[in-house]
Amino acid sequence: MRIFDPHIHMTSRTTDDYRRMAAAGVRAVVEPAFWLGQPRTNPGSFADYFDSLLGWEPYRAGLFGIRHHATIALNPKEANDPRCRPVLDLLPRYLDKDGVVAVGEIGYDSMTPEEDDAFARQLALAIEHDLPALVHTPHRDKARGTRRTLDVAAESGIPPGRVLVDHLNELTVEIVKESGCWMGFSIYPETKMSPPRMVEILRRHGPERVLVNSAADWGHSDPLLTLETARAMLDAGFDADDVDRVMWSNPVEFFGQSGRLDLSGADQPEPAFQGSSILRGGS
Amino acid sequence: MDAYGLLDVLGQDWVTEARAEVARRPGAIGRHFASAGRRAGRAPLDGAPGWRADEAARALLLAALPPEDLTERVAVLYAEGTADEKLAVLKALPLLPVGAEAVLLLRDAIRTNDARLLRAALGPSARHLDQAAWRQAVLKCVFTGVPLDGVHGLDERADAELAVMLAGLAGERAAAGRAVPADAAALLDRLTQQKEARCASSTRTST
Ligand SMILES: [Zn+2]
Repeated sequence: MRIFDPHIHMTSRTTDDYRRMAAAGVRAVVEPAFWLGQPRTNPGSFADYFDSLLGWEPYRAGLFGIRHHATIALNPKEANDPRCRPVLDLLPRYLDKDGVVAVGEIGYDSMTPEEDDAFARQLALAIEHDLPALVHTPHRDKARGTRRTLDVAAESGIPPGRVLVDHLNELTVEIVKESGCWMGFSIYPETKMSPPRMVEILRRHGPERVLVNSAADWGHSDPLLTLETARAMLDAGFDADDVDRVMWSNPVEFFGQSGRLDLSGADQPEPAFQGSSILRGGS
Repeated sequence: MDAYGLLDVLGQDWVTEARAEVARRPGAIGRHFASAGRRAGRAPLDGAPGWRADEAARALLLAALPPEDLTERVAVLYAEGTADEKLAVLKALPLLPVGAEAVLLLRDAIRTNDARLLRAALGPSARHLDQAAWRQAVLKCVFTGVPLDGVHGLDERADAELAVMLAGLAGERAAAGRAVPADAAALLDRLTQQKEARCASSTRTST
């Protein structure tokens, strides 16, 4: 089984997680830029973070035969901090780069005017740089937040087929499906969305335009919940093609629209330097 | 291989056009440099051992910069670069009229934990590193398993102090039931033999 985790914050995970993910069949990941738990206070902190998403993380992933791509954006939460707003001016430089396959995570956290402005400006940047958009939906007031997200995306002029609306659940899947946008589901331990609920959603709505991710980060999360969901799909009677569609082909198709997805060598650990110190624990 | 040889082997027209644009308007290099991977591809180049297509394309773009503020532009492209972009800058250094200023880039690359950058920093431009920094970089290669065949002029520059450091690492490894890589053990052997030969000849002259 091959797995493409289209939303995982590897910055917050250990090298042992890469090892376990590779063993579980994860061959490709997309790491969206998001917030780090601790608020940042200046654009330079973001530049270092973005550089790490395009430098250190792809290297670390490559040691385990995992292809790593990133999405770059000012996240909704920190869009509210005037000290972080100048990050928007840094983005064009990053959005030209090879490993960047979408603008994201953008969207809403608390639905403030500042978030409105950052969301609209970054959708315009996605159009300008010929990139798809990865849109986070709020964890609070989710249904109204998702509706507003779809309205703003439609207003921007970006084609719905180039928008992935993430962190959906039973109450928000329908309107996103109708919009023509792609549907992302983050599987968490205990809260928000579980493998059995995901299988039920797939049974009801089918695998078309559906992506499943672990959204694993520094919080209570598990990078192997993609595999667990795939197994739950098989147990529920989905065939291997359906599983491959959700776990591999759909993310490849969505992020492939960037023209920058490079999956050559997925499954082949970097041939040289197998003794590299990070495999053993730092130098 | 010089820039013209590399251009020939790469054989991609867009690079020739982008180089002309960069020569006229150096600020244009940013977008070409950033997108060189998806335009050139990442396949190894048959006619240019050690080069991938994207690295060659980026090196050729850098080599097209006018000499006036080349050093500053190269430093910025390195500083703002992805790992692939940084690697291309390091590989391009021998093709560029950048002198001792390269040392800041080399030191940065050696500090990283990316074995590819470490290896690339020990090419011909490593002559700008002082001996202490160079020894530490070679030792880091051995420690992290980076093959020493990429170290330019290894035997000419390796000295008695490096032998002491290698012997120390070999001792630590032995205590842990592990060996140093074969190329490092061989280097240590050569350095030890040289030292013995020197001692023997100095003993002869003194008697
Ligand atoms: Zn996220």
